[in-house]
This record gives sequence, C-alpha cells and structure tokens, in this order.
Amino acid sequence: MKAIQAVNDFVIRFANVNGTGSASANNLFAKAVFRMGIPVSPKNIFPSNIQGLPTWYEVRVSEKGYLGSRGGVDFMVAINPQSMAEDVASLEPGGYFFYDNTKPLDLRYHRSDINYIGIPLTDICRREYTDPRQRQLFKNVIYVGALSALLDLEFNVLKELIGEQFKGKEKLVAPNIHALELGYQYASENFQCPLGIRLERRDNVGDRILMEGNAAVGLGAVYGGATVAAWYPITPSTSVVEAFEKYANRLRIDPGSGDKKFAIAQAEDELAAMGMVVGAAWNGARAFTATSGPGVSLMSEFLGLAYFAEVPVVLVDVQRAGPSTGMPTRTQQSDLFAAAYASHGDTKHVLLFPATPKECFDMAAQSFELADQLQTPIIMMTDLDLGMNDNMSEPLEWDDSKVYDRGKVFNAEQLENMKERFGRYLDVDGDGICYRTYPGTHPEKGAFFTRGTSRDEYAIYTESGDVYVRNMERLLKKFETAKSYVPAPEFFPAKEATRDGVIFFGTSTASTLEALDQLAEEGVHLDGMRVRAFPFNREVEDFIEQHDRVFVVEQNRDGQLRKMLIIECDIDPKKLPSVRYYGGMPITAREIRRQIHQLRGGATVTKIRRKVG
Amino acid sequence: MTYIRPNFRHPELAANELGYVRKDYEGALSTLCAGCGHDSISAAIIQSCFELAIPPHQVAKISGIGCSSKTPTYFLGKSHGFNSVHGRMPSVATGANLANRDLVYIGVSGDGDSASIGLGQFAHVNRRNLNMLYIVENNGCYGLTKGQDSATADIGSASKKGTPNPYEPIDLCTMALQLGATFVGRSFSGDKEQLVPLIKAALSHRGFAFIDVISPCVTFNNNPKSTKGYEYVREHLAATGTVDFVPVRQEITADFAPGFSQEVTLHDGSVIHLHKQQEGIEVNDRDAALEAIRDHKAQGQILTGLLYVEPDDADFHELQGTVNTPLRDLDTMDLCPGSRALEAINSNLR
Ligand SMILES: Cc1ncc(C[n+]2csc(CCOP(=O)(O)OP(=O)(O)O)c2C)c(N)n1
Ligand code: SF4
Ligand SMILES: [Mg+2]
Repeated sequence: MKAIQAVNDFVIRFANVNGTGSASANNLFAKAVFRMGIPVSPKNIFPSNIQGLPTWYEVRVSEKGYLGSRGGVDFMVAINPQSMAEDVASLEPGGYFFYDNTKPLDLRYHRSDINYIGIPLTDICRREYTDPRQRQLFKNVIYVGALSALLDLEFNVLKELIGEQFKGKEKLVAPNIHALELGYQYASENFQCPLGIRLERRDNVGDRILMEGNAAVGLGAVYGGATVAAWYPITPSTSVVEAFEKYANRLRIDPGSGDKKFAIAQAEDELAAMGMVVGAAWNGARAFTATSGPGVSLMSEFLGLAYFAEVPVVLVDVQRAGPSTGMPTRTQQSDLFAAAYASHGDTKHVLLFPATPKECFDMAAQSFELADQLQTPIIMMTDLDLGMNDNMSEPLEWDDSKVYDRGKVFNAEQLENMKERFGRYLDVDGDGICYRTYPGTHPEKGAFFTRGTSRDEYAIYTESGDVYVRNMERLLKKFETAKSYVPAPEFFPAKEATRDGVIFFGTSTASTLEALDQLAEEGVHLDGMRVRAFPFNREVEDFIEQHDRVFVVEQNRDGQLRKMLIIECDIDPKKLPSVRYYGGMPITAREIRRQIHQLRGGATVTKIRRKVG
Repeated sequence: MTYIRPNFRHPELAANELGYVRKDYEGALSTLCAGCGHDSISAAIIQSCFELAIPPHQVAKISGIGCSSKTPTYFLGKSHGFNSVHGRMPSVATGANLANRDLVYIGVSGDGDSASIGLGQFAHVNRRNLNMLYIVENNGCYGLTKGQDSATADIGSASKKGTPNPYEPIDLCTMALQLGATFVGRSFSGDKEQLVPLIKAALSHRGFAFIDVISPCVTFNNNPKSTKGYEYVREHLAATGTVDFVPVRQEITADFAPGFSQEVTLHDGSVIHLHKQQEGIEVNDRDAALEAIRDHKAQGQILTGLLYVEPDDADFHELQGTVNTPLRDLDTMDLCPGSRALEAINSNLR
C-alpha cells in the first residue's frame, strides 16, 4: 500500500455535522500545530444552515509558510456519515482515511489506493459516558487525542491549550484531558505511530498570531475611534460588529459611570444601517457598518448621497459569492464594481484591500482617518475567507503617539475669527477637499444645509449647469488627491529580470505568491504587485507600464479588477491576461500556476505531488 | 410662490429670554406654492422654537424628499440641516442623535416619505423611542411629483385628477401608538392655536414625539372631494382638548375646571395642561387613544390634539447605556485603548 510521506507539509480535513460541537475540537488541533511553531492555515467550509448539514474544517500545515488553499486532501477525519462518499473520493492517492469503525465501513467507501485508520469512537464513548450530550462532545476530543498519537502532535501542547481554554472552569480540564488520553491510547496501541504523515516542532511562527479577519476589523474600529456602529446581520460580515461590540465592552467603558463610549444600533435593514452611519458621521462621530454583497446593493442609495454630500462614512464589505443571495457561505472577490461605482450618476468610491488580519486591523483604523481626511465613503473589501477563518498574521501594533486626524473641520474659534463667509464647498486648498462644520458648533456661523441635490460652494441649492459641473469636477479632483492618501501597492520582484508581471489583491495573495515560487522553480519568472487600494496609485500604473504583459489574478467571473485597471488607467486589454477562479472556495496556487502556463501558451502541466512511498 | 417677505420690523421687536428675536429662527424664503399648508407648519415651528428660547444652532433639522421635506430650508437658518433621501429621514436622524445626544432634533417628512417609501424606517424609529420631534406634513398626496394619491389618502377621497382613492389608508398616529411612540399628536396646519403649543410640548418631551399635521396641498389636493383640503378638514375637526404648554421656568396661573383638565409633567419639569373637551379622555392611555381615533373616524371626524404622552420612558441613549458626553466629542484619549491593551490581545491569539 502506498502512503503519503510528509513532515509538516500536508492538508488535513475534518468532516463534521454542524451544530455538534466539533468546531472547538478542530480549533484545538490547529492551534496545537501552530504552538509547535509550524505555520497553519485553517479554513471553515460550512453550509448556510444552523444544524444538521455537513461542514468541513480544513487545515493546511506548511512548514514553508504557504497559507493559501492548496487543493486536495492528504488526511481525512471522516466523522460525518452523510458526506462519507464525497470525503473518500476527495482524498489524494496514498492519503489516510480516519473513521469511526464501531460499525464496519460500508463497502462503497473502499478505495484500494488509500490507507484506512479505524478508531471505534462511538464504542469508546459508550463505554465511558452515560450522558448522550457528553458522548457527542467528547467524541470530538477523543479524535484529537488519537491524532496526537498518529501525527506526533505534542500531547503536552494539547494539555496546555485545554488548560487555557477552561481557565476559570477548572472542573472541565480533567475530563477533557481524559478524553484526549482515551484517543491517544487507542491509537498508539493499535497503529504504528506516528504515521508517514506527521508533525515535527519547528520555530517558523515567531511572534505571529492566529486571528479571524472580522475580529481584527472590529478591533481596528475600536482603535480607529469609531463610536457609532449600525448594522443588519448577514453572513459573512456579522462577526465584524460582534467583535466591535465584544472589544468595545472590554475597552470602551467609562470607568466612573460604567457607561458606554460607543453605541450600536441593529437597524431594520441595510438601507437604515447606512442611513444611521451617514447621520452619525454628518454629526461628527466616526461611524461604520459592515455587510456583504446583498447589503451593498441596498446601501448604494446612501453611498451615493454620502459621495455627493461628502459625508465620511466607513463600510466593511465582507464579500461572499454572488449574484443575489448566491452562495452565502462561500468566498469571492466579486463586489468590486458594486462597491467602486455604487449608486447612480457619476459616482466613485475609495476601496481598501486588506490581505491579512493585521492589515484588517490597520486598514479598519485607517479607513476612519481616510474618511475624515477625504470626506467620502471608504469601503474595506475583505471576504469570507479572510473574515471568518483564523488566519496567521503578523501581530497587531499601535503607535501610542498617534492622535486622530479629523480632517478639515472648522471649530468654534476658527469660525469666530473668520472674516469671510463660510462656504462648505469652497475648495480653499486646491485639493478638492473642503472645510466642514459639525452641527451646533457656533451660534451664528458655519451652519449649512447638507443635501443630495446640486448646490453651490455655499451649499445653496442650484440648478445651474456650470455650478453643477464645477462641483463634479472638484469631486474628481478630490478622487485624484485620494491616490496619494490611500495605501501604496506592495511589490514582489522576481529573482531574475522579466518583462512579465502579475497583479493580485486581498485573499488571492498567499496562493499567488506560492504559485510564483512554483513557476520560478520551473524557470518562469514574474514580478508581483499586490494592489492595496482604489483609486489606483501612480505606482500601479507604473508597474503595468514597465511590463509587457501583466496577469491579473482574482476571484470573480468577470475579471473585475482587471477591467477597472483597463478603464481607470487606460490600459490595452490585451496587455492584461486574466487569471480567475470563482467557485466559492479560495483560489489555489495550483490553479493560478495552471492558468498562467496556459495563458503563456506552455504545455499543459501535470500536478506536482510530493513523492508517494 | 411666496416671493417677498416684508423686511419692516417693529423697532422694539420682542426678544425671548436668550435675547433672540423671532427673525433669528427664520430661514430662507419659501419656494412652495402660495397657500401650501407646509409653510404654516414652518411658521409654527419658528414660533415654537422662538417661544421656547431654544438656541437656534442647537437644533438639527433633518428631512427626506418631497415638498414637505424641503421646508427645513425655510426655518431655523442658523441650524444645520440635512435634506437626505426619500423616506430615509428616520435613519439619518437616528445616527445623528447617537453622535450627539445634546442637540434638539427636528425631523420633517411627508405622507409619501413616511407612509410609503419610508414606512419601514418610520415604524422602527418609533420603537427606539429616539429623542426627537418627528412631523409628518400630511396632504394625502405626493406634492412634488404632481399629486398622485399617497397611502394616507382616505377611501373615496379624490384629488384634482378626480379619481376616488379605493385603497385603505394608513393612519400614522395609530401606527405610532402601536409601535411605542411616547408622544403622539395630530393637528391641522390651519390651526396655529393648537399646533404651536403641541410642537412646544413635543420639543420639550424626552423621547420620540410624533405629530401628524394635516397640511393641504393647494395645487393638487384641495378640491371639494378631497378629505385633506382646507374646507373638509375645517368642517370635520374634533379636538381632544386645548393644550396649554407651560415651560419649566414659568408659573402655572390659569384655573381649570376639575374633571375636565389633566396635567402632565415632562422630563425637564415643564407641564402640559390639557383642557379636555369632554370628560374621560386620558392622555396616558394608548388603548384609549387608539379607540378615540377609531370612534371619531367612524363618525367622519378627524380627532386632533394631544393623543398620548408618556414622559418617563427610557430613550434610545438610555436603552443603549451611552455616556453623557456626546459621542462625537470624545477624542483619542477617550477612545483609543493603546498599545498595551493590544499586546494583551496579541498574546491571547498565539
Ligand atoms: C427613490 C426615489 N423615488 C422617487 C422619488 C420621487 N419623489 C420625490 S418626492 C416624492 C413624493 C413626495 O411625497 P410626500 O412625501 O408626501 O411629500 P409632499 O411633496 O407631498 O410634501 C417622490 C415619489 C425620489 N425622490 N426618490
Ligand atoms: S405642490 Fe402642493 S405640497 Fe407642494 S408646495 Fe405646492 S401646495 Fe405645497
Ligand atoms: Mg404629501
């Protein structure tokens, strides 16, 4: 029998039924690998359902630090009878199939090219526990214990994590460790441990953290000074506002009174959520909302108002597969058009593209700064993959000398000393950004009427074509100014000089970088550039200019980033071949590499697999 | 169009206790049709704010879209205003209020704005008991888009076009009562005597104060077959009573017949005194108010006046538990937890 031989380089997948408490056991596994100093990349694959349907948790273990989805599964922990046929089929040849052999395995699930590891989980539970709820919960812990023996996952690390998890509920520590031991014991007595596929302690993690992007965004909003959050629940964005609330309840309570230095309104829909953000931002608070595609559609009306009336709002779009309700629990990068050009008329919005939890945190905080500086909506484009999975990331940092920059706002004193008439939409500095005032600032000066209708420099309603055009041109100038405010791209030069480049953003980053390594090994060299914002800065245009051909990698059907580059930077479409995957699972290095080969006109490539022995 | 406003003022213009004269509460010249009910409501708002001596810049005016929603330009020129989008005034007002609990919020909307496109937001702002005055200038039609029937048009009522409306109307006071508004009143743009004290009481109320003001559209809906025209409304008015509003600083002097009067003390200590038309109407009984509206309607009457008030319910900020300082006045020191807290979070994620 062939068996995959691999140390610290494999994909393990857990097949569970949702609502059975498997999530915390699976997390325990991933975290333990991480604690052994080995980079991990866990992904939740879950249905749009609360209980009873199949759910998977996949962990890519990569000593080299490749964190994108790899594709294929080397080790399957098959706990869910419902998905077993699919789970058997998805294993790589030479892979390992871990299952509950309390009852003999159905013959249909037999494959001659994989290795079966049967552990009588149900039997062990039946023997140990009388309470059916306990039987269910501990079954998950038992399989983690078995994996500890089979894969050389350090048992002490598991014990330590259990201790941390149940801090304050010490009564639960011993039973959990006992369950781990049950699995460990059975596996080591019945199999030759470890298997050919296994773990070995390394020091490749450093001070990095494992965090969900959505949690980092919520925390970034706390640090960025958001005081008003308004939202309407939608997967996969819900945990953004939940995280904001959790952290704010911890970090934003007035010590004297116990009162909150923030407010959260669960609105009646996304129209109202964005309306509340607009109202709060107009009135001088830093305010934000988080949603996904269907919510962006509803918020478009207010995004247009905020663009035209110049109200500094922040929107977090955690993208999922569209159109319409699409695949609510699958990832995509497909809201670029919807967000960049949200609302009717000539409208454009500033977008930010984070790629890691640290960047989610930084950009969330920065988006409030940018919104205030530019007086326009700032939209953070994250996605389900980044938002709802624990992603390995550089640790979060904050510079304590930082003071919020509220942008161009006249205070009472400035208004008092002002000789000339206040004009809300007067471009005094020539950068397209005008001075605003908060309501209630001064008894006599600075009041103006905010409107979505056309107005002159003094905010007075007008239907004059000239005045209207002057205002629209100024808004365009402001958008130009934005190019120097938004984050610059990140460059990944090839090891050898090349005329070919590749552009990518957000969650396509890890897989693209891995593909670039693979291609370089095959002698194909490409310079890489990660775009971090829209409008595209000068550097983005220069990069395209400096190359003959630039592949654009993204996770949507229509090549939205590519088309935006073509339109906004006036590029010949032929110069930008498109690499796309949009099936709802994260894009893989294999796929990127395959498509680039194909677009270059190279031979069809066979998969690289590690040796099977 | 109301083109000219006489600039002549009496040399000894009366000033309120803050030293502001009535002119300080006025806005730009109205561009509505001459005789439009909405202009009378603007005048009543100006009068109320003047009499209550509210510093004009401490008011935020917010509206949706429609002739009615244009009116915030025509009053309180020293206040910030926000003419938002159609039917969405409640959400903008909610956000604005969360940002700064210290301002006075006046929301102006139309029957199209609130009862059709904005019905959802109207319903939910009631539930939150947001501290604001919400006025619907109700003409039973869409003035700005040239007179189509709105959802508050009565069955059988016909606008200038002449086709009677066949659909069941939405009664916004009834909805407000059912959805938790803590101050509900109805009035008529042509009845300044009733409207001004009602607005003053509503502005002094802490919590969500809703007033539905029937406000004839002289251009599209003021014909004999319309139930929202001046003539019809004048002939079918019934009132819960006369409202006297006594601000906190003033002494109550009037004498009222027992049994026919009721006093409600508002949160700020001011008092609403209701001289009832008939015994038995209680302004702190939601069900009674709903019943009274229904009974009068059955008799072909429009019941106006103060319908309900509950002065002591927690408003949205109290329900949220926010600090007393307006959120928008908090700075980096107040809001940013700093790097040490972040380091602790990092170590929990390793
Ligand atoms: C989304 C949207 N749909 C339609 C309109 C057109 N529109 C402008 S005002 C209005 C109706 C206004 O009616 P109402 O609120 O009763 O105000 P009135 O003019 O009667 O005072 C409509 C339909 C719009 N501005 N926005
Ligand atoms: S159309 Fe009707 S509602 Fe509009 S301004 Fe004229 S009278 Fe008033
Ligand atoms: Mg109307």
